[in-house]
Amino acid sequence: MSLIFEHFNHWVVVILMMIGLYIVITANNLVKKVVGLNIFQSAVFLMYITMGKVVGGTAPILAEGVTQYSNPLPHVLILTAIVVGVATTAVGLSLVLRIKSAYGTIEENEFQNKEDVI
Amino acid sequence: MSALDYLSAALLLLGFIFSLSGAIGLFRFPDFFTRIHASSVTDSSGAVCIILGLALQTNFDLVTVKLLFILFFLLLTGPTGSHALAKSARHGGLLTIPECQEKAKDGVS
Amino acid sequence: MTVLIDLILLAMLVITAFRIIYIKDLFSVVMLFGIYSFLCAALFVTLDAVDVAFTEASVGAGISTVLMLSTIAITGRKEKLSLHSHTFATLIVLLTGGALIYGTFDMPLFGLADNPVHEHVAPRYIETSPTEIGLPNMVTSVLASYRGFDTFGETVVVFAAAIGVFSLLGVRGKPTELLAQEQGLTQHKVLRVVAKISIPLIILFALYVQFHGDFGPGGGFQAGVIAAAAFILYALTFSLRKAVGVVSPRFVKYLAPVGVLLYASVGLVSMLNGANFLDYNVLAADPVDGQHYGIIIIELGVGITVFSVMLGIFYAFAGQVEKANVQ
Repeated sequence: MSLIFEHFNHWVVVILMMIGLYIVITANNLVKKVVGLNIFQSAVFLMYITMGKVVGGTAPILAEGVTQYSNPLPHVLILTAIVVGVATTAVGLSLVLRIKSAYGTIEENEFQNKEDVI
Repeated sequence: MSALDYLSAALLLLGFIFSLSGAIGLFRFPDFFTRIHASSVTDSSGAVCIILGLALQTNFDLVTVKLLFILFFLLLTGPTGSHALAKSARHGGLLTIPECQEKAKDGVS
Repeated sequence: MTVLIDLILLAMLVITAFRIIYIKDLFSVVMLFGIYSFLCAALFVTLDAVDVAFTEASVGAGISTVLMLSTIAITGRKEKLSLHSHTFATLIVLLTGGALIYGTFDMPLFGLADNPVHEHVAPRYIETSPTEIGLPNMVTSVLASYRGFDTFGETVVVFAAAIGVFSLLGVRGKPTELLAQEQGLTQHKVLRVVAKISIPLIILFALYVQFHGDFGPGGGFQAGVIAAAAFILYALTFSLRKAVGVVSPRFVKYLAPVGVLLYASVGLVSMLNGANFLDYNVLAADPVDGQHYGIIIIELGVGITVFSVMLGIFYAFAGQVEKANVQ
């Protein structure tokens, strides 16, 4: 039983990562592929935050009478990564919009066969 | 346990019941408008009861004020969200179940 | 008890992600992704990462959802049937997943205080940052001071992403004629009134988050996103035309580099004072005061850049939606 608790977070991270990968591989629509990439990405975020957690610790904000804090370093890395993540997602989505205006479709199998129209 | 604790426990329990009934209603009700009626129970009554219950558990300092702010925002945004959703559905042409039946009857006759 | 909440949230996360695979309606996919982000944020709170949860809630559930919705407003909301081989994909995913799960058995156990990750630099941050930097929020201390280089890099990446979006989609200059008549959601009186009440409050909250980030959860990244969300709400309820009238795309375009330059200039000032780049100790007579000044200014720089980048990206997407509606 304790083994489940001690590794459950890691397993969920792996499962979410694989769901993201599956969506990226199988999705035909580019917007859905972007969603898949985002799921993959948030699995990585979850992994870092899980590593930073100390059971019995509190959030890393100085408080009286608290001796055990969780690790602030993963929080810093992921905080900035989330904002960078949304910025890069925006770049991805704007590429999708350009593909739509150039090819008239964002379904992968439809524009793959088309000639270069740009 | 003091009287305040009992009051807070009762409020939390009430909030739990409201939230649960909202969740059950969301799954069991037949169409969109009845469902949104159920879900708005969760984000108005349920949230109000839970936040008041939590506020009674604090030492009546800054945390209480923050909880009351959250309550104010929830009361402002929750019903607005439900209203906007229902209104957009109405404008989008979604009919309630009686209206659908009436339409079907008119179509037959 | 916390472990139980953790387990339930993780299970809900997996269920939401699984549902996303099989739904063909992209509108539902985007909405589920918003729910997924909120669940992530809740999970980050149970894992003690309050700053991260704050960012995820405002970014993942707010800005990302709006951007994806405006994309599917142009590209259509139905996914067509995929011709990819699902068995092949399942095989790859199962193999990789199996290998990774096998790998997790060698991972340090969850939440122990003597895991390798807690033994290297973290104890120093936790022990000396209250006296060295003098701020209660260690995340802000590490973000803005100890790892200031890193954060500078991230800010530049956000700025570069904005350049990418602007060059792909273009920033709209003057409103088109059709846009001039656009009035926003005139049908939704309640929404407009509530938006009018809440927009100033949201901006006020963004400022609070910006300047209170040293003491509680918050900082430039969150504040920038929240402030941008206020203007996006205004644009969505009262029409893009009015929002563009308040903060023009041109202004946003020039504001984005200002934040980055403000950040870099703090580094230059500390270099001119004879210290290393982004060493705040020399900014004032007392090193702790110097750290305070440095952190406040660079957080402001981050906030300005993130705000203008998010708003600029939204304008670029909204401009595309308008163009698609005109045609």
